[in-house]
Amino acid sequence: MILVVAEQRGGALNPATWETVAAAQQTGESITVALVGADVQKLAAELAAAEVAEVLAVEHDALEPYTPDGFVAALAQVMEKACPELVLFPHTYQTRDYAPALAARLGRVFIPDCIASKVRDGQRVFVRPMFQGKFMADVLPQGPAPHFASFQIGACRADACARGAAPAPVREAAVEIDAAAIRQRPEAPFKEAKQAVDLTQAERIVAVGRGIKGQEHLPVAQDLAKALDAELAASRPICDSGWLPMDRQIGSSGQTVAPKLYLAVGISGAIQHLVGMKGARTIVAVNKDADAPIFEVADYGIVGDLFEVVPAIMAALEGEA
Amino acid sequence: MKIAVCIKQVVTRDWPLRVAESATWVRDDDASFEMNEPDAYALEEALRLKELLGGEVVVCSAGPARVSQVIREALARGADRAIHVEGEALAAAEADAVAAALAGAMEGESFDLVLTGLQSDDQGFGQTGVVLAERLGLPHATIIMEVDVADDGGSLRVKRELESGWFQWVSMPLPALLTIQSGINQLRYATLRGIMAAKRKEILTVPAQSAETAGQRILELYVPEKSSATRFIDGSAPEAARELVRLLREEARVL
Ligand SMILES: Cc1cc2nc3c(=O)[nH]c(=O)nc-3n(C[C@H](O)[C@H](O)[C@H](O)COP(=O)(O)OP(=O)(O)OC[C@H]3O[C@@H](n4cnc5c(N)ncnc54)[C@H](O)[C@@H]3O)c2cc1C
Repeated sequence: MILVVAEQRGGALNPATWETVAAAQQTGESITVALVGADVQKLAAELAAAEVAEVLAVEHDALEPYTPDGFVAALAQVMEKACPELVLFPHTYQTRDYAPALAARLGRVFIPDCIASKVRDGQRVFVRPMFQGKFMADVLPQGPAPHFASFQIGACRADACARGAAPAPVREAAVEIDAAAIRQRPEAPFKEAKQAVDLTQAERIVAVGRGIKGQEHLPVAQDLAKALDAELAASRPICDSGWLPMDRQIGSSGQTVAPKLYLAVGISGAIQHLVGMKGARTIVAVNKDADAPIFEVADYGIVGDLFEVVPAIMAALEGEA
Repeated sequence: MKIAVCIKQVVTRDWPLRVAESATWVRDDDASFEMNEPDAYALEEALRLKELLGGEVVVCSAGPARVSQVIREALARGADRAIHVEGEALAAAEADAVAAALAGAMEGESFDLVLTGLQSDDQGFGQTGVVLAERLGLPHATIIMEVDVADDGGSLRVKRELESGWFQWVSMPLPALLTIQSGINQLRYATLRGIMAAKRKEILTVPAQSAETAGQRILELYVPEKSSATRFIDGSAPEAARELVRLLREEARVL
């Protein structure tokens, strides 16, 4: 049996949950979904629509809001009773926060951030990126079951999740939690004060990455943005270095945009960046590395030095104006 | 405050990496190496906390002999001393094995605060810190963008990054472990004085104890198959640029 750990916050399921259920369905094994929180019956019923054997509602007052201590304690008990062969998670910030501790407590292996699982020489292996996406690895989990793995957001399509002919049974899984033993005291999530620039409305975006080398070279990208009547945006390291304000960052921890044109210069195309821009209608990438992952999503690519290519684009725009 | 910072040495970002003949790891014997970027931010945060609250910053690194390079660099930036858990196999080890090696060497030190980067640029497990917390019995929080230590020094309030621009404050008692996100602060670089001073700082080298760890075996490492329909535009920069502008105007119609 495969146990899928669903994720919810504030009365809504994280849509990545459906992707992970879809990934589990591809194995053809029997699936149980566990949902953890204080009052999850409604969401458990929602999950029961998927083609799965059972949904476990793991409820306790001490499990809302989320804490790593609470979730490790609860899910360790669930694992002991359910005895799954495999436990799958969506690779969210929350999974990153507690699943490694859960695996360590149970002495189990946890293969994170997978994009697929497949059978190789009769064994189930997991495919995950390494070295910032430059390589993929087929990884074989070792040691006793259950093995843990998490699936990268977007690795499976949520709409690939098959629905059952009838709702799956929802069962309560009782857990004992000592609220006093939970060491983290979380406050309510918040967003930083309203952002000065709203890139989600931009029709055209020029995004600059670490290939720009130094703050003193930023005008290269700024001028291109101006010439294209585009907003200037950036990958995270540019904002981390303080070269551009945080509200110009695109990606999982920045803004998600879908402009008509997204022109990425000197951006490698890490998954955390791609999730924020792959919905753009036309993507152009300028990168000196022909193997850069950004070319996996680009419609047009120029392999070359941005310090030559960008001025040439400016000249071409002027020449035809 | 006695602060530990765990630092990993990784292959330099721009190094043209190739898969090794074994097809289970990269060819890195001639590579150049650097400090894992989020770990550099963790070190900076530790140095700032020490400047604010006093105490000591101890660099802990698990890896083969070559990691002494990043240890020296951390000492040059201002760390006080270092523990090097040495083992050849740690170079390509999984997070659980690295955390076990670090935990063995750190247990007796009774650190008030342990900082790690949130993940490494090579294997990218994002687990070493969290597993280390579990092994040391410490409360933890991950992907941290701000650290406030309470006036009495007994607890912490930290800002966790969540997805899509959300954040959350979390409090917990000390001792604790935090995994630090890049961008939490602005990095300092080593000064000549710092580099000179580092030469006199203590590096305690201890052999990695073999520990029972869960285990994940890389069967094969390979360059991902290209599935994209990218239209690559060849030619000199001016030629490619002219063709791109034409395509954006006439084919994509986005200009
Ligand atoms: C939890 C988490 C959240 C994250 N959130 C985000 C996020 O929201 N947004 C985000 O962007 N990242 C995010 N990241 C970071 C992400 O993993 C990558 O590290 C980052 O996107 C890399 O930025 P980059 O492409 O600019 O830099 P690099 O990966 O260093 O790439 C630089 C590129 O420039 C090219 N280049 C260099 N010189 C030249 C030249 N002269 N001409 C042309 N090309 C050149 C190189 O070939 C390379 O491909 C996050 C990471 C984590 C762990």
